[in-house]
Amino acid sequence: MSSTRRTSGTTIAAHAILITYTLIALFPVFVILINSFKSRKAIFREPLALPNAETFSMIGYETVFNQGDFFQYFQNSMIVTVVSLTLILLFGAMAAFALAEYRFKGNTLMGLYLALGIMIPIRIGTVAILEMMVSTGLVNTLTALILVYTAQGLPLAVFILSEFMKGVSDDLKNAGRIDGLSEYKIFFRLVLPLVRPAMATVAVFNMIPIWNDLWFPLILAPAEEVKTLTLGSQVFIGQFVTDWNAVLSALSMAILPVMILYVIFSRQLIRGITSGAVK
Amino acid sequence: MTALKLENVNKSFGSVHVLKDINLTVEDGEFVVFVGPSGCGKSTLLRVIAGLEDATSGTVAIGGDVVNAVPPAKRGIAMVFQSYALYPHLSVKDNMGLGLKQEGKSNAVVDERVSKASAMLDLDNYLTRRPAELSGGQRQRVAIGRAIVRDPKLFLFDEPLSNLDAALRMNTRVEIAALHRTLSASMIYVTHDQIEAMTLADKIVVLRDGRVEQVGSPMELYNNPANQFVAGFLGSPSMNFLSQSVTGLENGTTLGIRPEHLRFDANGQISGQVTHVERLGGDTNLLVKTDADEVLTVRLFGQDPTEVGDDVRLSYENANAFFFDQNGQRALPRAA
Ligand SMILES: Nc1ncnc2c1ncn2[C@@H]1O[C@H](COP(=O)(O)OP(=O)(O)OP(=O)(O)O)[C@@H](O)[C@H]1O
Ligand SMILES: [Mg+2]
Repeated sequence: MSSTRRTSGTTIAAHAILITYTLIALFPVFVILINSFKSRKAIFREPLALPNAETFSMIGYETVFNQGDFFQYFQNSMIVTVVSLTLILLFGAMAAFALAEYRFKGNTLMGLYLALGIMIPIRIGTVAILEMMVSTGLVNTLTALILVYTAQGLPLAVFILSEFMKGVSDDLKNAGRIDGLSEYKIFFRLVLPLVRPAMATVAVFNMIPIWNDLWFPLILAPAEEVKTLTLGSQVFIGQFVTDWNAVLSALSMAILPVMILYVIFSRQLIRGITSGAVK
Repeated sequence: MTALKLENVNKSFGSVHVLKDINLTVEDGEFVVFVGPSGCGKSTLLRVIAGLEDATSGTVAIGGDVVNAVPPAKRGIAMVFQSYALYPHLSVKDNMGLGLKQEGKSNAVVDERVSKASAMLDLDNYLTRRPAELSGGQRQRVAIGRAIVRDPKLFLFDEPLSNLDAALRMNTRVEIAALHRTLSASMIYVTHDQIEAMTLADKIVVLRDGRVEQVGSPMELYNNPANQFVAGFLGSPSMNFLSQSVTGLENGTTLGIRPEHLRFDANGQISGQVTHVERLGGDTNLLVKTDADEVLTVRLFGQDPTEVGDDVRLSYENANAFFFDQNGQRALPRAA
């Protein structure tokens, strides 16, 4: 009896801490959301107040939709993020499988070489990358961004996934070989499902920086038709005046797709963790 | 016909020489057990036979064909792993049927073979379940079923029972023996449990440090071990080795005597003091420290009133004694 009461005590404490943390973490998002629906004056007068009949205004959203091709930006960001993530996961997992599974000369060296990328920021190479993109004619294309983001994400992906793949039982892979599965089938059908939580982790880690990046879109793809959302929103931030309504509205809308992607991955993550234990 | 023939098989991992010149024949329908201490290369040898590792040199022939360059799936073998290695996302039925489907067999054939195997192994009620929903014993039966379904020329078992509890281990051991009789298939079975080795094998292969120490039927190895290692490895409790406690031994020679061949005798050759008593009901095991400071085990049948601290004298018959030279090889008994 006393032990159950004590556990419920710790449960309450744990929940209290988690709820407090959630509130703190969500507060800025909340402020952005409510202010995006207020008139400019109201934003500055009472930043924390909820929009009411008097202060409610859609002016920010109107500006966003009228100025620039917001949907185009949106689509560009989506394409870049989704394609980059797909490539990172596919190639990262394949390289990780090779490193974890096959004994060949220079295996360790190759692993170290690939992991080196984690420690060296890719932005150091910006000038060289730009020169390369210019000479291959990829400037102002989404392909340029996708290539750069894939390169940027691969080292960590290979590192994390190969550690996880080393943990997949050898017996299972060997059973597959004896049953006549090809190496590809072993990779896709046996190993990938078992490292799904790690894949979701890699996806989440890579998704946010790609979606939010301003640096490479500004340098490699500043043209109107390939602008990403983050770059597109910059038009509202001026040197002298900033259109806060528009900035807040654009930000509010930019949250949505990342959230949807996150929900997809995190569900995979949870399913991955429980599929071994429960089902 | 021979089910398996290994000739001068060697295997190295980099600079580590794991298997050294293995020569071995398994006849059709034979049940062969590999035993040996941990790390001696039993699993590696099995994996070389299965084709999961390439032999560094030597030939592997299964059913008369050299299979060194044949992939595992085409060698006509099936393997049961210690960790079961069932596919976690497939049902029991699909686990058992996957190999056949990969071979391109029709659904009707797959269904028929799976239901035959599941009937044999009492798995009919579990066919739709996932491996995670089965007990350890049931999982092991599914793993065995997956092997049976493929109708292989040669079964390979790698310590299939070591994750099961004692009672289940005994049952499954009996089942595997029955299975061997029903299928009359050739089987190779790896274990470091010498009871499994003694009870299941037609032929035992004792390995040490990647070498074959001795090959023979269980009783041959028990009654006539080629060296001290084999003598000490088979039999439980294991054989006593004495070099000081008995008189008349040549220098460097060791006397081996099994615990069950020692008995109390007021005029016995060995005297000592009891340091520990294990009462098992059916048997009583005594640990005795001899006057020359060697410890030996005595196995008495039935229950015995001897207490710790008692002084005892023990004797054995010369016919039951083994002699080993300095290198652990069998030596002829010295005429006493
Ligand atoms: N992939 C590998 N690379 C290097 N050494 C290996 C490899 N696999 C096995 N070994 C070595 O080969 C030796 C034999 O290993 P093996 O797994 O065959 O032993 P075993 O007899 O099956 O032991 P156990 O009874 O513990 O299963 C060990 O010393 C092990 O360290
Ligand atoms: Mg082993």
